[in-house]
Amino acid sequence: MNVDRVDRSRLPEPGPEPTFRFPQIARRTLPNGLRVWTVEHRGLPVIALIALVPAGASSDPADRPGLAALTADMLDEGAGGRSALELQEAIGRIGASLDTEVGSDATMITLAMLSRFTDRGLVLLSDILTRPSLDEHEFTRLRELRVNRLTQLRDVPPSLADRAFSRLLFGTHPYAHLPMGTEPSLRAMTHDEVCAFHHRSYDPACATIIAVGDFSHAEMEQAVGTAFAGWTAAPGTATAAAVPALVPPVVGSRVAIVARAGAPQSELRIGQVGAERTTRDYHALLVLNSVLGGQFVSRINMNLREHKGYTYGARTTFDFRRGRGPFLLQTSVHTQATAAAVRESFKEMSAIRDERPATPDEVQMARASLTRGFPRSFETSEQVARAVAQLALYDLPDDSFEEFVPCVNATSEDEVTRVANVYLQPAEMITVVVGDPDVVAPALQAEGFPEPVLVTVE
Amino acid sequence: MTIPFTRQVLDNGLNVIVHEDHRCPIVAVNLWYHVGSKNEVPGRTGFAHLFEHLMFEGSKHHDKGYFQPLQEAGGLLNGSTNADRTNYWEVVPTNAIDVALWMESDRMAYLLPALTQAKFENQCEVVLNERRQNYENRPYGLAPMAILAALFPPDHPYHWLTIGVPDDLRAATLDEVHRFFAAYYHPRNASLALAGDIDQAGALELACRYFGDVPPGPEVAPVHPPAARLGSEIRLLLEDRVELPRVYLTWHTPGLFQQDDAEMDLLADVLTSGKSSRLYRSLVYEQRIATEVAAIQNSREAAGFFQIIATAAPGRNLCDLLAAIDAELAKIGAEGPTADELERAKVQFEAQFIFGLQNVGGFGGKSDQLNAYNVFLGDPGWFGHDLARYSEATTEGLRAAVRRYLDPAARVIASVVPRGRADLAVSDSGPVVPS
Repeated sequence: MNVDRVDRSRLPEPGPEPTFRFPQIARRTLPNGLRVWTVEHRGLPVIALIALVPAGASSDPADRPGLAALTADMLDEGAGGRSALELQEAIGRIGASLDTEVGSDATMITLAMLSRFTDRGLVLLSDILTRPSLDEHEFTRLRELRVNRLTQLRDVPPSLADRAFSRLLFGTHPYAHLPMGTEPSLRAMTHDEVCAFHHRSYDPACATIIAVGDFSHAEMEQAVGTAFAGWTAAPGTATAAAVPALVPPVVGSRVAIVARAGAPQSELRIGQVGAERTTRDYHALLVLNSVLGGQFVSRINMNLREHKGYTYGARTTFDFRRGRGPFLLQTSVHTQATAAAVRESFKEMSAIRDERPATPDEVQMARASLTRGFPRSFETSEQVARAVAQLALYDLPDDSFEEFVPCVNATSEDEVTRVANVYLQPAEMITVVVGDPDVVAPALQAEGFPEPVLVTVE
Repeated sequence: MTIPFTRQVLDNGLNVIVHEDHRCPIVAVNLWYHVGSKNEVPGRTGFAHLFEHLMFEGSKHHDKGYFQPLQEAGGLLNGSTNADRTNYWEVVPTNAIDVALWMESDRMAYLLPALTQAKFENQCEVVLNERRQNYENRPYGLAPMAILAALFPPDHPYHWLTIGVPDDLRAATLDEVHRFFAAYYHPRNASLALAGDIDQAGALELACRYFGDVPPGPEVAPVHPPAARLGSEIRLLLEDRVELPRVYLTWHTPGLFQQDDAEMDLLADVLTSGKSSRLYRSLVYEQRIATEVAAIQNSREAAGFFQIIATAAPGRNLCDLLAAIDAELAKIGAEGPTADELERAKVQFEAQFIFGLQNVGGFGGKSDQLNAYNVFLGDPGWFGHDLARYSEATTEGLRAAVRRYLDPAARVIASVVPRGRADLAVSDSGPVVPS
């Protein structure tokens, strides 16, 4: 072989960092109160539209988990005088992709399409949002489909784990249920409830339309303004409700098992209540999470996957919301390795507080990957639209994109250790295992964990 | 639709493709090895996918985790393996292109000196976990194995799944794994695409610098398995931990980019994309005997297969679903789709195609697509031709394809039912236990 032209004794140093201009957002408010935010995104003949309505699963009445999601599902079951099938065909005819996403705090309807169909797409989006038929026959059909879907999810370990974890963690707080709701609630839900929810929550004065595409601001503002000018608030609608303060739930045991006899893997969730998106600790928590479990090279994945071979992957997340969302660790491990994986997870979450705090190298690595990778999240029109939607949803300052890199880079090791001690309280964490109780329960107790309670998921 | 590019073949056989796109200060590095589970042999399956894991475990000059330097540089990276190819990619800020090329070239040229028994055993465990998580512990997860095993004979390379057979992985030796690498993971069997915020001349020079000295490796014989055929309808029964029964119908169809491949793609769309599609409308919307239905043309390099998958509504059995599906297939086979149905399917393909071009990197981004066209067709610039396959399809072409390929007398029907509920399956199904 020839002498290598490359110096293999060390990795190349990256060159000077490229400059990046963040999307400039033009904001205006229509006379009906609707906020219209636009971003010029040139290059390909596409446009992404997001309608953001600040009503999600946390707006569900206490006895009707799933109402926001079913209401959102009903939007494209006929609208603006078109039947469900006609509406579907109209969307298909312009090749648009319509996506409805219900989160804890909001409903987001995304319509992405080729630029040449923008006007037709906007009419459809406006119909869907403001003039849905909410037909009773369609409601009955859709509710049955959702109940059947929940029936199927009884066999899907990640879904069981997420639902059990949220309920145990949040108790009676609105974050205790997932947007999809529960079977008993869906069975009890009525057509009138859906109509009332739409009536009170879909209000132009609270909503935002975000348009990101291959047009000028003026063109997009004009097009959106025309399509949504006729949207008027229903009398008696209220502004988005604040997320209620957290009442810690009463927990029988901090370890729970959802039984799945003979399961070859255990699905794990470990965590506690975390932080809200607007916390001043946001950037420090991102760095902490990156060191602990947010990336492939984070401590928890390296330990559980790369050193022990217990799992295909493990990660941690701070799920930032309008209120305090969960911090959680999620993984799926070999049944025989369940107790050891739980032990190692707790060991890592505890050690980062005191015994083995984040090192300068780890913090540098975390800051670098968060900041240098940031421009990448603004590549497609849909990515840009989603990023802008975050500003609208959490009422973040206009300069949030520009401030991201300096704020992350200002996070010191001490700061990471401080937030680790504030936000990670292993003694308060809840562990949910979806797996074989005959194997897992004794193994957990042998590791010194409290006796697990068996729980079921509605 | 044109995506401008240059291609150069280095002396060692490596294909290098460069495409400029300066909208975002990032560069996509995308490397394809023309090796997948189709290059494996029975008894030693799962090697190509195992390599996807081992390639992230360090090479001679960076004998530690592959992720750390690239994530520190702000990069995103991943890899994937299917029956026909393995791809590895990084998307890095423009200033870190050297880091990505250094790393990719080091693991191409110098993986084996760093590949120890301990790493090999650890990643076998990780893969077995992946298999349990994604197949064994997932509802309906074992159905694909049973179906492919019935569709293709045991010596056909699509008989087994890319994830491999657990006993094969447990029996594999480090020496066998070394030989597999030497045979397939070298410049003569690879294609490198660089797309994004770089200039063509500079990118080619970088590719030469980092990969030009890697030895070419042995020639790789193409895999041309004889066409598999079904002489009859095969009915399989699987009992699984599921609440609702599901039926899978599978037929042999043309492979990727072959005649009628696009027609089968469009047909899948007409049958199950959206509420107004034929099967969704009939089974889910009107009759309400199914909770979901999907159709897909699986286009592989050496052959394709078309699948219709439907899950029964509570209280319904799979015989009813099969009858309803067959009725719709008979109808579309007799009359073809309407012009309006075909138009909708075409515009949806066009839109999805253009949306995909928004990303320079990642799975399905421009760099991945340049490599797909180059590796499978020898022409990275096939974008326009690919779109034309769809825009030129006709209702008569779809009708003829239904009649030609979706033969009720030559297909595999797999019923997956809750344990103890064989009565819900399609009648006369024979029990199978996949592993």
